[in-house]
Amino acid sequence: MAMPMESPVMFSNVGKTKWWQRGIFASQTGYVLLALAVLLVIMHFASPYFFTEGNIQNVAKNFSFIAIATLGVTFVIITGGIDLSVGSMMCFSAMITSMVMTELSAPGSPAGALFVHMAADGKTVVANLPGLILLVSILAGLGVALIAGLVNGFCIAVLGLSPFVTTLGMLSIVRGLGYVVSNGRGSFPGGPDADRFYALTSGDVLGVPVPFIYLIVLALAMAVVLHHTSFGRHVFALGGNEKAAELTGIPVVRVKIEVYVLCALAAGLQGIIISGWLGSAPANMATSYELNVIAAAVIGGANLAGGIGGPLGAIVGCVLLEVIRNGLVLAQVSSYWQQTLVGVIIILAVLVDRIRSRMN
Amino acid sequence: MANADATPVLELSGIGKEFGAIRALHGVDMHVMPGEVVGLMGDNGAGKSTLVKIIAGNFRPSHGEIRFAGKAVHFSRPVDARAVGIEVVYQDLALSDNLTAAANVFLGRELKRKFGPIALLDHKAMAARALELFGELRSETRPDDLVKQMSGGQRQAVAIARTRLSNARLVMMDEPTAAISVRQVEQVLGLIHRLKEQGVAVMLISHRMPDVFAVCDRVIVMRRGEKRADKPIHETSPEEVTALITGAKEAA
Repeated sequence: MAMPMESPVMFSNVGKTKWWQRGIFASQTGYVLLALAVLLVIMHFASPYFFTEGNIQNVAKNFSFIAIATLGVTFVIITGGIDLSVGSMMCFSAMITSMVMTELSAPGSPAGALFVHMAADGKTVVANLPGLILLVSILAGLGVALIAGLVNGFCIAVLGLSPFVTTLGMLSIVRGLGYVVSNGRGSFPGGPDADRFYALTSGDVLGVPVPFIYLIVLALAMAVVLHHTSFGRHVFALGGNEKAAELTGIPVVRVKIEVYVLCALAAGLQGIIISGWLGSAPANMATSYELNVIAAAVIGGANLAGGIGGPLGAIVGCVLLEVIRNGLVLAQVSSYWQQTLVGVIIILAVLVDRIRSRMN
Repeated sequence: MANADATPVLELSGIGKEFGAIRALHGVDMHVMPGEVVGLMGDNGAGKSTLVKIIAGNFRPSHGEIRFAGKAVHFSRPVDARAVGIEVVYQDLALSDNLTAAANVFLGRELKRKFGPIALLDHKAMAARALELFGELRSETRPDDLVKQMSGGQRQAVAIARTRLSNARLVMMDEPTAAISVRQVEQVLGLIHRLKEQGVAVMLISHRMPDVFAVCDRVIVMRRGEKRADKPIHETSPEEVTALITGAKEAA
């Protein structure tokens, strides 16, 4: 049916948008990145300790502790949703992981008998297959996150409940379950695979903290998924115009469930990593982290109205928050100022973006 | 095309629809030929939207039969209607503002390239095809521009290009000229002519008398859920159509 083009399409009345007015340069992420660069320069002059290897490692580790969950919540925010349950999810996944690990490492118990046996000296517990306990316990932790994410997604996409209310409920449910299973005491990774667990979660490779490596790998994967797969395209379409997405035949329900599951899994993984660094999973772990995570995503340019966001923004938001925290410590300002400053920055970042879009 | 011209692309007979006690449509017979532009007019509540939604597969008719290209069809979802070749350009155009023109054209049917087990979007092919479609529609629209930066006419072109992608045989346009400037109205009417040239049947649902008379071959007037008139455009006048819409004249 295609007709030959009689005349090439000409653009006489519209010019091409200038490079600094499109892409990252015209986005909030770009402005915040610039602000971050300025801040780093100021920090360098303000404190001789800032750019020392130890401090940079510390900063990289600290922001990686919320950045993976921020990647997950960014998916949800791009679709125009919100997930308030990430903090509780971190705690619950971490708790289940360390509880399963401890349980499977008890030689006397029926489950433990499959995984461990006593060494000849009668005191040391030895794994039947090194690493298997670790694998099973991490899968268990991610499994509970998967279930919670599915429930979130089902309530929001199928039953049509509001994301805010659903995930607020899930925040409470998951936190409560954490207290129930641990009796409020929290849990500790233990058994023959514990050292392996610590190495995987809080170790480093050639001086680079492993959480940071996970973050970079996941962020790159997320960038590919968002911009080069049809799933990513549908995530953006959903945030841009949900009705249009539905009318064009996008499986809206499936995409929504998938983003909440992805978000829950990211939070679960994040929680497991944090518990490795803490050495335990206390029942009040990661309380109110959902606010830091959402704040970082918003500062980095994710739009709560949907349709805008990405992994770079998520990371930039997290780095900015951590550099400010770190800077206040180095400058010996009372750390109580931190929260106030974070609030100011959230509003400033959104304000600058608003002023910019008014000017265009 | 001579053979295809003989069979109507769409034929409705005795279509009726009740919502509980309310009779929204009653005994509607109509047909649309390939390459024909039919104007569907009527006041609010006359049953236009219900009729369009039945043809588009949003509602099932309570009575009557729909035949598409000579075959009886039953749509239970909009996807079914689209599968046989019926596309709807919605009043609000159903575009995602935050995506590019090409992304919107291909929304839900993206072109992909396989890299082993992973299928990645083929941006180049989609942009090239979108540019081709905009060229066919003589629209100055760049595939890589974001829809939110576009004029009303360009947005219409994007929505219409989407229907061309699937080689639809019937395109229904719901109030395409309701909220755009005079120059853009010209563009949209031009787009309708392009579709007609390519043998696509168009149903134009509109309140704007001048547009209907400028572009349609035939006009159908609905009132109180019934078809009151079905005339070639040169045998009627805006005054007569107005009288039919308001009820000053019962039928023609």
